Amino acid sequence: MDDEVVSVAGLHVTYRVGRAEVFAVRGVDFHLRAGECLAIVGESGSGKSTVARALVGLTGPGARLRSDRLVVSGQELSRLGDREWRRIRGAQVGLVLQDALTALDPLRTVGAEVAEAARNHGLVRRGEVARRVHRLLTDVQVPQPELRARQYPQQLSGGLRQRALIAAAMAADPPVLVADEPTTALDVTLQAKLLDLLAARKAAGTAVLLISHDLSVVALLADRVAVMRDGEFVETGCTADVLRAPEHPYTRQLLAATPSAHARGARLAGPRSTPARTRTPRPSGVLARVREVSKTFRGPGGARLAAVSEVSFSLSAGEILGVVGESGSGKSTLAHLLLGLLEPDTGTIELFGQPWSGVPEARRQRGRVQWVQQDPLGSFDPRYRVGRLIAEAGVDRARVRELLDQVGLDPAMADRHPRTLSGGQRQRVAIARALARDPEVIVCDEPVSALDVSVQAQILDLFADIRADLGTALVLISHDLAVVHHVADRVLVMRAGTVVESGPVTEVFARPTHPYTAQLIAALPRPGDAYAAHPEGVA
Amino acid sequence: MSPALRWLARKLALAVLVVLGAATVAFAALHLAPGDPVRAVIGTLAPSDDLVAQVRADLDLDKPLATQYAHMLGGLARGDLGESYQLRRPVVEVIVADLGWTVQLAVASLLLALVVSTALAVATAGRRPTLRRVSILLELVTASSPTFWVGTILLAVLSFQLHLFPAAGAGGLEGLVLPAVTQAIGLVGIFTQVLRQSMEQALDEPFALSARARGTTETALRLRHAARHALIPVLTLSGWILGALLSGAVVVETLFSRPGLGRTLVTAILGRDLPVVIGVVVVAAALFTVINLVVDLLYRVVDPRLREWAA
Repeated sequence: MDDEVVSVAGLHVTYRVGRAEVFAVRGVDFHLRAGECLAIVGESGSGKSTVARALVGLTGPGARLRSDRLVVSGQELSRLGDREWRRIRGAQVGLVLQDALTALDPLRTVGAEVAEAARNHGLVRRGEVARRVHRLLTDVQVPQPELRARQYPQQLSGGLRQRALIAAAMAADPPVLVADEPTTALDVTLQAKLLDLLAARKAAGTAVLLISHDLSVVALLADRVAVMRDGEFVETGCTADVLRAPEHPYTRQLLAATPSAHARGARLAGPRSTPARTRTPRPSGVLARVREVSKTFRGPGGARLAAVSEVSFSLSAGEILGVVGESGSGKSTLAHLLLGLLEPDTGTIELFGQPWSGVPEARRQRGRVQWVQQDPLGSFDPRYRVGRLIAEAGVDRARVRELLDQVGLDPAMADRHPRTLSGGQRQRVAIARALARDPEVIVCDEPVSALDVSVQAQILDLFADIRADLGTALVLISHDLAVVHHVADRVLVMRAGTVVESGPVTEVFARPTHPYTAQLIAALPRPGDAYAAHPEGVA
Repeated sequence: MSPALRWLARKLALAVLVVLGAATVAFAALHLAPGDPVRAVIGTLAPSDDLVAQVRADLDLDKPLATQYAHMLGGLARGDLGESYQLRRPVVEVIVADLGWTVQLAVASLLLALVVSTALAVATAGRRPTLRRVSILLELVTASSPTFWVGTILLAVLSFQLHLFPAAGAGGLEGLVLPAVTQAIGLVGIFTQVLRQSMEQALDEPFALSARARGTTETALRLRHAARHALIPVLTLSGWILGALLSGAVVVETLFSRPGLGRTLVTAILGRDLPVVIGVVVVAAALFTVINLVVDLLYRVVDPRLREWAA
């Protein structure tokens, strides 16, 4: 077709690892028309980012590219030298990366970053740079563009930063925009706004290649979807069809693993392992009482920031309590208070019927409250093997093997180093380590945020199993409402340090009383929305 | 007071404390060390007791230590560092005469090293594998070559054999070349390693990928983006090295027979010339704190993330 801006056929990318050639992409075909959005969906290691980078010739050193056709705007790219590639980059294809905090140079002003592509391609004269930046930032709905252009990326909020990154990618008006996980670092409300913005670019005629691991995000924007695994497209088709009637088993598995309203309480990742048994009888009743707890930090320049203010709640034995909120809402501070890692400024925390805040460290029974963090690798001593990490809790080898089995890992993994494990395996080790002390409460701070959706599903299943078998109470902190909705019994919705709403999950989700909760729920993308967005199944 | 002024006031107060501390430690160390300054001043092997007593009284060394210490502090407060035992000239005069030479050499060495290192790092960071390997080898060799050895070889070849530069003395620019090159050679090794490592780190960041995807050339990427990131560790190192060059260039000064603080200090220590030693220590401490202050300010120029005036 003649309005095809991107046409790719038989794209192979290999990387040289030592002496071996490793395939990252094997034989991918796609095309993209002006004003159209194709989404490539896959998990980490599927090769989706490599495809994105192939379009700007930045697959990195050691990569070998082979293709039957790699055409952008009528130009064959596969034989280009570096100088010719530079004329494509920015001018024909704009690239938006995941996290604007790292994808924009922290030492340069937002304006300088936004202007760079236009200046590289000689599209703007020196005196007109400011006006161009102003217009670009206005296009992506950044308020106060003059001020923002003079600021540095870290002075902008996450949402504004990501828009500035899009403005920087669009600075030379490329007909193709490649967005690699553009919303992954954002909260649901910001994610929804950013997707609107990309939809506006699409409507203005830009061809958008969206790379994502999240089918629910894709559903809101893409006309067509390609599901990628191990360097190949296993299924392609129009978004509504793929999401409504997936043909390939892998697509079905991905869809099933996405926690959503209808799947609440159901297993996400298939049948379970052998049930574990409780080692000590569990107490019943209330385990933790948090009364009007506040914590204020002093920011740079002496500004005071109330991270948590007047928060009260209780946690019962065997309960899963979800805490949701956007970044900066005070969720993690609340976790640190509950773990006794921070002392509240005012208010009290009682655990197991005894005071927990304001008591000497020696009187705290830390073994009864355990912690699982977002990135377990950072919480592991890199020199320790898995077995030793768990045995640190004071258990013998037999118990270590039992614990590994309990979290669904091969007991032989005790001899591995944590860095040789996958993200999901590491998180299981962190959970096994927490379980080693036979705790009554585990505080999990964003435990699945860094994981692929199918691995996330397995970990969520594991949490449900632990509660069912061991009666352990869980505090599950997440920015992802779908995750909390899936496993939690009760939920606290936090905003700017205060709890704006709390109650049983089903009730809060069905009938939110606070407008903020309603807004969060409304912003939540669901794979089913594809049907609503494309009722006729537009191709 | 604005936060910036308060920050500056605090840093200056700390600087005064540092200078005071350095003077006190030097005073204590010199009086604890064996050897009698009086006999060193007289110089003859067996001076008469009368002479020793008279010189001791002349130099105020017969007074109790506390009085001597108070005397020194009083002098410091007035900006008076006393009089050299050996040279019979005010210490301030001695140091001022040397300082120009020392600063000239230190700044020349540092600038030369920075320019060469930046060029090497920009050329080799993350590209040109062969050149990069050669550069790494050279850096290793230069960074681990002792200054006196490098200096001797340069002297032997460029001065004695080829007569390109004067072998000794401090006259004009030609006199500066060999000492500055000698000192810079070792520094180039260290600076290039640090610069290249932090540049390669910056070039690996997502923002570098973003910049490449905007059609930025490799050299522009290095100069516009990576160099600034690499500058921060180099600033820290430069401050430290400049301080060391200002107070410890004794090897090069001796080798090339240049006047300078380092040589004056060594001579003073050997001759038990207490006021000169304390004077040089105080001046070096003051220079160190001033350099640190400047480096602290420069951090904020380079890195906007540090533009908070806390701590």
